[in-house]
Amino acid sequence: MAIPVIYNFRSVISRWTSAIVAVLGIAGTVGVFVAMLALARGFRATLVSSGSYDNAIVMRAGATSEMMSGISLDNIKVLQDEPGVARTNGDPLVTSEVVVVAPFPLRSTGTDANAQVRGVSPNVLTVRRNIRIVQGRMFRPGLSELIVGRNATNSYSGLSIGNKVRFGGGEWTVVGVFDAGGSAFDSEVWCDAQVLDDVYKRPNNVFQSATVHLSSLDAFQAFKDAVTKDPRLNLDVSREVDYYAKQSQTMTRLISVLGGLVASVMAIGAIFGALNTMYSAVAERSREIAVMRALGFGAIAVVFSFLIEALLISFIGGALGCIAVLPLNGFTTGAMNWQTFSHLAFAFRITPDLLLGGIIFALAMGVMGGLFPAIHAALRPVATTLRSL
Amino acid sequence: MVSVNNNGNSSSLIQVRGLNKTYHRADEQIQVLQGLNLDVDKGDFVAFMGPSGSGKTTLLNLLGGLDVPTAGAISVASDEITHMSSGKLTEWRARHVGFVFQTYNLIPVLTAFQNVELPLLLTRLSKSERRQHVETALSIVGLGNRTRHFPRQLSGGQEQRVAIARAIVSDPTFLLCDEPTGDLDRKSADEIMALIEELVAKHGKTVLMVTHDPVVAARAHTVLHLEKGVLVEGSKSRQSVTAGGVV
Repeated sequence: MAIPVIYNFRSVISRWTSAIVAVLGIAGTVGVFVAMLALARGFRATLVSSGSYDNAIVMRAGATSEMMSGISLDNIKVLQDEPGVARTNGDPLVTSEVVVVAPFPLRSTGTDANAQVRGVSPNVLTVRRNIRIVQGRMFRPGLSELIVGRNATNSYSGLSIGNKVRFGGGEWTVVGVFDAGGSAFDSEVWCDAQVLDDVYKRPNNVFQSATVHLSSLDAFQAFKDAVTKDPRLNLDVSREVDYYAKQSQTMTRLISVLGGLVASVMAIGAIFGALNTMYSAVAERSREIAVMRALGFGAIAVVFSFLIEALLISFIGGALGCIAVLPLNGFTTGAMNWQTFSHLAFAFRITPDLLLGGIIFALAMGVMGGLFPAIHAALRPVATTLRSL
Repeated sequence: MVSVNNNGNSSSLIQVRGLNKTYHRADEQIQVLQGLNLDVDKGDFVAFMGPSGSGKTTLLNLLGGLDVPTAGAISVASDEITHMSSGKLTEWRARHVGFVFQTYNLIPVLTAFQNVELPLLLTRLSKSERRQHVETALSIVGLGNRTRHFPRQLSGGQEQRVAIARAIVSDPTFLLCDEPTGDLDRKSADEIMALIEELVAKHGKTVLMVTHDPVVAARAHTVLHLEKGVLVEGSKSRQSVTAGGVV
């Protein structure tokens, strides 16, 4: 039978000053680990939530982002008649879009940061149905009016309703604020695509992408096949969610790798902290271990007992680390989206599985920090240990 | 009956034959026990005496399966323990040996009850059976009312009583006591020795004890001296010792 866990529990409490070093080391490591993953996950979630399953995005064949794409109005007219395109009162639910970046001063620092300005069709809210105007009104077609995402109005000074801002050589009036449910669109500024083309003196009737609302979720394949097989078109079709998921990959990978590196370095320190704590526990309790062995507890029971103790310490550290970073959940921060060269606001996203991952990470550190001291404790010759004390 | 001349009967509880123990220190070989023989019957109370370094504790460790001899054989209740694997020896210790140490060696973070219960965790007894055994053992040593006390809340004598309760709780074949009164004042030492005597006389326990103290040794049925690695029967009898020392 195993050595009772109460022995480990009370031993940890009685030696709390040494245990606390390991607990804090593991807590800090788990905190960083969870925070970095929450950051990556928040970034990804922000972009992925921008897409809808029942929308398809169409770009020039081979283009990996809207910035690199171009579609003529003629192509868009062909698209509108393809099977699978949803219609309202006979009108196709397609928004032809243009994207540019424009600098606006950040409220937090006063320095300029690029915001993505998206020229859209006036029917955009019927294509992207998860977006709604929460303040003011929709822009009027043909006028230099802007509606801004909720994060954009909070992040940039000047992007409040009624304000006039200058970019691209024109003067614009902010007339509304929209809520995009925390997606990347919340960091964008929207206006009439035709007006944006005019102001930026871009070729008339050339857009960068078209987003199509599908008649049903299953209509995607039929629409894609029709577009890709149409000899008049040289376009690629993706589900909107897949496109944004792909857009998030670079940054998510970067944050995950950097976060993983930082957490790994910290983990090495934390493991040494745990090793130190457990070796000192073994040294301090040589007599107790020898007595347990003399009473008939086997070497495996001793290893198990000290591993339990290391796991107890690491669990407390892991739980503390998780609790410490919990307030970050939902905290909005911003970063450059390298796919669009614009500032993207997103929130830390701490989920139960991430917390579970943090605890498992802590327990793994506990095993690595506790295994060798535990084996060392079990292998000490009983008679020699009793004699030396 | 205790014998050190290889002439004990084959039904002896403990039989030691030709026991050797040599320690290696750098290039030096230190032979602590040299061809030692011993027979101990059930219910015997034996005290081992001898100068420091004479091998008393080594002998106790070998008898208790905490150490292995360089040569020779030890049988306890017909179990030959010298060739047991480490794992088997551990199991054997749990079933057959009760240890009482000089410094009590209680687990400081466990209560008296939990300390005494430890050996029973290695048995198949149920929780209520364990409780019953622990309470009986603690009441035998006169500490039935101290079950929830931690070692730091007990006097030295009380701690040693708890240690004795821990040693007897699983009803082992024999008790090994290494200087059980070494850390106690005379009054407490007398009480502990009275308790050990009671375990032998009333409960039929077999006790092998190491001590430096002739007054304590005199309370054993037999006193054996370790001299140059072999056991020599002591000349004194229990009657020749008073509380003041050897007469």
